[in-house]
Amino acid sequence: MSGILSLMICMPLLAAVLCLFMSASGARWIALSATVMMLVLGIILWRHYQVGGPQWQFQESYPLFGRFGWALGIDGIALMLIMLSVFLMPICILASWEAISKRVPEYMAAFLLMEALMIGVFCAQDLFLFYIFFEAGLIPMYLIIGIWGGANRIYASYKFFLYTLLGSVLMLIAMMWMAQEAATTDIPTLMQHHFPVAAQRWLFLAFFASFAVKMPMWPVHTWLPDAHVQAPTAGSVILAGVLLKMGGYGFLRFSLPMFPDASAHYAGLVFGLSMVAVVYTSLVALVQNDMKKLIAYSSVAHMAFVTAGLFAFNQQGIEGALIVMLAHGLVSAALFLCVGVIYDRLHTREIDRYGGLSNNMPYYALFFMLFTMASVGLPGLANFVGEFLSLVGVYHASSWVAAVMTTGIILGAAYMLYLYRRVCFGTSDNTDAAALPDLSAREWLTLAPIALATIWMGVYPESFMAPMRADVAVLTARLAGSAPAGDAHMITSGTVRSTPQTQEEGKQ
Amino acid sequence: MTFLQQLALTAPELILSTGAIVLMLVAAWAGDKATRPITILTVFLLFAAALSLNGPAGQGGSAFYGLYVADAFGAFAKIIVYVAAAVCVAVAPRWFEANDRLRAEYPVIILLAACGMGMMASATDFLTLYIGLELQSLAAYVLASFSQKDSRSAEAGLKYFVLGALASGILLYGISLLYGFTGTTHFGGVASAIHAGTSLGLIFGMVFVLAGLAFKIAAVPFHMWTPDVYEGAPTPVTMVFATAPKVAAVALLVRVSVVALGPATHQWQQIITFAALASIVLGAAGAIGQSNIKRLLAYSSINNIGFALIGLAAGTQAGVAAIMSYMAIYVAMTLGSFACVMQMRDAEGNPVETIASLSGLSRSRPGLAAAFAVFMFSLAGIPPLLGFYAKFLVFDAAVAAHLVPLAAIGIAASVIGAFYYLKVIKIIYFDEPAAPYAASANILVNGVIAVTALLVSPLGYLLLKPLALYAGAAAQALFG
Repeated sequence: MSGILSLMICMPLLAAVLCLFMSASGARWIALSATVMMLVLGIILWRHYQVGGPQWQFQESYPLFGRFGWALGIDGIALMLIMLSVFLMPICILASWEAISKRVPEYMAAFLLMEALMIGVFCAQDLFLFYIFFEAGLIPMYLIIGIWGGANRIYASYKFFLYTLLGSVLMLIAMMWMAQEAATTDIPTLMQHHFPVAAQRWLFLAFFASFAVKMPMWPVHTWLPDAHVQAPTAGSVILAGVLLKMGGYGFLRFSLPMFPDASAHYAGLVFGLSMVAVVYTSLVALVQNDMKKLIAYSSVAHMAFVTAGLFAFNQQGIEGALIVMLAHGLVSAALFLCVGVIYDRLHTREIDRYGGLSNNMPYYALFFMLFTMASVGLPGLANFVGEFLSLVGVYHASSWVAAVMTTGIILGAAYMLYLYRRVCFGTSDNTDAAALPDLSAREWLTLAPIALATIWMGVYPESFMAPMRADVAVLTARLAGSAPAGDAHMITSGTVRSTPQTQEEGKQ
Repeated sequence: MTFLQQLALTAPELILSTGAIVLMLVAAWAGDKATRPITILTVFLLFAAALSLNGPAGQGGSAFYGLYVADAFGAFAKIIVYVAAAVCVAVAPRWFEANDRLRAEYPVIILLAACGMGMMASATDFLTLYIGLELQSLAAYVLASFSQKDSRSAEAGLKYFVLGALASGILLYGISLLYGFTGTTHFGGVASAIHAGTSLGLIFGMVFVLAGLAFKIAAVPFHMWTPDVYEGAPTPVTMVFATAPKVAAVALLVRVSVVALGPATHQWQQIITFAALASIVLGAAGAIGQSNIKRLLAYSSINNIGFALIGLAAGTQAGVAAIMSYMAIYVAMTLGSFACVMQMRDAEGNPVETIASLSGLSRSRPGLAAAFAVFMFSLAGIPPLLGFYAKFLVFDAAVAAHLVPLAAIGIAASVIGAFYYLKVIKIIYFDEPAAPYAASANILVNGVIAVTALLVSPLGYLLLKPLALYAGAAAQALFG
């Protein structure tokens, strides 16, 4: 099976080049078939991934370019994020099938390029190869927002590009220092390397600048609402679904294992920012008139559960953060698709222009309801598992932080239900909104798979947790020495409360 | 070493200078109708000079009592210079034919300039340095004012000449101070004198020499001439200015800094660090308001020189290898972007230089637009394009030399630069189409665009191994 990762990076690239020489409909079909093939490859990858096998699988390494090598390999965490990417990609293409009518070949090429780079980010095992994939993603996303975006797209595309670039360049300097200090660019080796504590601090901050922007964490989240509002539907889907996860992935892959002491030192900072993000962005979401903006702010709040969970330094917190990442990838992507469905019909995202959609679009209302409930954290759906676990983890670290974070769930219910009520319930004064037709077959195809995955993750999260559990265990073992003491002292007889209990919690 | 053997070391300069004299006679005799054969011969001569580096001229050692050296460092710089000059000569006739008068002297002057640049790269004595520099500069003054139809061109030539003469004066004054305080003009002699002890006069001399050279590479604070000259000179000439002489001057600066002023590294490091950061910031900030694409590229070249100087500021062998690799990649990007500028002409065939005219280019000329975008992203240093690797090398060298704050500030300032490159891409891709450009089937110019775009695209990474090898050997030759 070695070589499958290279194949998964190269295939979308080839398809992207091919798209450029095609007519509009040819490009659509090529993009769709390429992304479906990628999904098949992803499933093959998952089937062949040995749970409980070696930490790094499907490894390949060629010393190809100058200072850095073409080193690929995945662990369970990367596997799950790759699955998320290849799962969302065909849906993105379908969602743009009719919505994008100008310059289709370039559009499809940009998306396929994006897919190749996302896969690259998640499986790069060379420090600088990671950086290249991580940064190169800016180019297609900049073009997607700038060419096919809404009225204010230029501003949004600049803001997106420059914000993220400024965050990342400092990380590059830190990477160079690390590569020299440790005399290797191999990420698995670096994850075991012990950097001097004093250096860890500034290295952590340099990486933090990058991942906090990507995540995004308050107060550097302001690019996200703009980018989401202006991006075309599929652009928002991929941005919320996968690109935001790169920040969390970065924390997991770099900040925590490489700088454990600094992570512990700055855990308070991360908690503080996460608390502000949850409360503040939830309140901001409550007063939005633009649907996409509302969901964008809710993303910032959900991502705060990820950061708080990660810096809880325990298994529940980290596993919870991972599940929130995956769940948010599905649910927020689906919510953006739901917005896209009605935007395509009425060409406005203003909440007041809609109303009473449950009368004339019952299936749409049903899907929208499901994803609203998932976003709120209803038990049985994906987000609940993750948010619950990460709150448990945070509670171990600090009960006060957990208390504040919990208000996020309440506020989340408030703004999402408020949104749903205004869009779907009641009666509409707008005759055009009352006459909208229900979902087409193509829209069914985009929403139904995500709905199934959301229920699957909510009912039996073990399928998704199993591949990642060993990696989380390695990470917690690595962090054990530097984890700050929590304030919540549960009455336990000491040590035996790890795996079995977590499984139980996961299945609730 | 016999005199003949020593002459063999200077083979490229011999080929270029005798070739230039012969072609000058041909030009005088046959007039402008001989331009085409002269152009072709010039390209051949430049390639012959590059090939001759394969022999003793590539690494034969010192000649003429230490006035001149044929080493891997010089050879590396010369290959880039000759290839860049050849490309600039090859694409020029069509442009001059369409916009101005085609004149037979043009390739000959470039040959002379290339000869001077070769001397600069190989100089190990302040006298050879000065002669090479002046040969190149005088040729450049003529080239800047080459257009007879455009009064901006005459203005550019005059400006360049006056400011260039001032810089030469500063340089000469610095050299005389160094000579006065060390008693020698030989790089090695100066180095050992500095090693024995520095004095205020020596430091002054060093500052003057570096200031003169900073003018030639257009580093801040000696950059003011660049936008005006780049804008006024005919586009093929601007293409020359932005590539070959830059490489030669950077090579010269590196050799002077490392070989002659090596023992005073800590002193000049401060100067270079300042020039590097100031060039990055001013080059980026100055470019933002520009509406003329040539002025924008002028600021871009100031910005890029700043990044290259970070490699020199490191003051290490890796840093020198990085700055030379940077220049090689920079030349590829710049040749490509100027070739794109040469394709910018309105329906009547007149050249247009406003950035606004690029509006919506992606729809009228998708290929040209894509190439332009590749060069812009690459100049901005966005991975996976090759421009990223150039920046990567210099910053890596700076970090290795424990200059982390310098690297951090420099790379953060590169975000300012990204802004105006993005602006060009925005105009090309996001805006509504303006009047389309005239179609151009010029195989040479299109070929240059295609080849450089491929080099800059991620495919260029496949060439990094040989590049690292040669740049490493070049740096090794200096530190040896």
